Amino acid sequence: MQFYIQQILNALQVGSVYALIALGYTMVYGILTMINFAHGDIFMVSTYLAFFTSTLLLSIAAGLPPLFTFVFTLLTAMFGTALLAVLIERLAYKPLRTAPRISAVITALGVGLFLENFMVAFKPVGPAPRFLPPLIPQINYDLGGVTVSTIQIVIILVSGLVMFLLDTIVRRTMVGMAMRAISWDKFTVPLMGVPVDRIISLTFALGASIAAVGGTLYGMAYTIDPYMGIRIGWWAFISAVVGGIGNIRGAMLGGFILGFVEIFTPVFLPSTYRDFIAFSLLLLLLIFRPTGILGRPAPQKV
Amino acid sequence: MTSNSALLSIQNLHVAYGNILALQGISLDVREGEIVTLIGANGAGKSTLLRAISGLVPMREGRILFAGVDLRSVPAHQIVEMGIAHVPEGRGIFANLTVLENLKLATWSRKDRANIQKDYRRVFELFPRLAERQYQLAGTLSGGEQQMLAVARALMTRGRLMLLDEPSMGLAPVLVREIFNILGEINAAGTTILLVEQNARQALKVAHRGYVLETGRITLAGTAQELSDNPQVKAAYLGG
Repeated sequence: MQFYIQQILNALQVGSVYALIALGYTMVYGILTMINFAHGDIFMVSTYLAFFTSTLLLSIAAGLPPLFTFVFTLLTAMFGTALLAVLIERLAYKPLRTAPRISAVITALGVGLFLENFMVAFKPVGPAPRFLPPLIPQINYDLGGVTVSTIQIVIILVSGLVMFLLDTIVRRTMVGMAMRAISWDKFTVPLMGVPVDRIISLTFALGASIAAVGGTLYGMAYTIDPYMGIRIGWWAFISAVVGGIGNIRGAMLGGFILGFVEIFTPVFLPSTYRDFIAFSLLLLLLIFRPTGILGRPAPQKV
Repeated sequence: MTSNSALLSIQNLHVAYGNILALQGISLDVREGEIVTLIGANGAGKSTLLRAISGLVPMREGRILFAGVDLRSVPAHQIVEMGIAHVPEGRGIFANLTVLENLKLATWSRKDRANIQKDYRRVFELFPRLAERQYQLAGTLSGGEQQMLAVARALMTRGRLMLLDEPSMGLAPVLVREIFNILGEINAAGTTILLVEQNARQALKVAHRGYVLETGRITLAGTAQELSDNPQVKAAYLGG
């Protein structure tokens, strides 16, 4: 029993990160019907932003309160990653807005490859895996045989908070309303006085900064390397599709489902079956419910 | 024909889609307080003209002046802010938003909060059905209600000039009369209207003046009465 509770906690931890990244895929898809295949690598860059920020911060001022270190690192990574994503959108995707959709997808794949290889070639990063310095003290609590660490608690709580905030932004604010309107009919939105290009950039910025929350949290628990964006990006992408791409709550649900797949596959099967299970899930879903679990088939526009 | 007091003045407007010229030298004026209608067959370029005014399609040649300001290279969302509301062809309702959200979105560039509240009340008085359904998804409205929402939304931008693209399309005759009555009320309350219609009979009934558009050119202009009495207009647009 304790074993399963332990695994559920682990699945929530991994699932939170997948969900945070999946949100970026789903938001961009919702607004532009484009899959931003560079998103996994944008997530990877965010972990390095967190790495450099925290390393620098702790080397110049050791003994800062952990809360400050954590929040400062998180905000810097979010801001830097958002800036990168907006830059990519403006330089690489926007000129292709009216081109066939496949051009933007291929460009996104190219941008992803560029980011990976740039990071490998960039001396301060390089191909070797790295650890973030401890942002918060790691304390393990033993609750009747189940181990819970402070890092695990922070990952789950912060992810939950960010998802709640995003959901509120999309549902309750004017910007969120504009995003939803653009996802329905971006040609009519300017007639409401809404600057569509600015909302699109904002969507990229928001998606990337949420991925950066995922990146910082991920870096607190695991090692980071320039190729991590590929596998994690794919898993997050599958999460978004499983939940229903374009659907915010779907991406969250999908992230947690993939978290459970990742943690529970090795319980029943050899752990090398993980990708097999995840991609099979994707294939089955595409066959039987292509709109995902929470996605609805696009209604006819009259 | 050109007068300096025109709220909207279009001079020698050319618009092209690729190599196809959709508008070939349109000149027209809309004066403050008027209802001007543009009648013409399908494909004559009526929607293109409205879309050019709103900045949704680029102009190749000519000028569009609104309250004396040249609209060339003004982005579409700023044209709304300057005071041009556009009820697009096919209504352009955001079906995945509630009725209230549709209205709210149209207030994007407004800063006069107190007046926004007044305008909600006014819009709900004009269209009581929208008030009843304000929390419903707009996609669940009937065609007539969606058209009312499209007009209500345009009112919420608080434009001085309202462009309407075929508001009668696909509606039952009773609803068409209702919509046109409301357009009359909106105009009486001070909004200038440029109305594109295939339903020339109704349009000429409510309008002060009109233009006839044929394959990208204006072929006739006059008061609504003159156009209604014109034998060519009678034959081509009023069913003889």
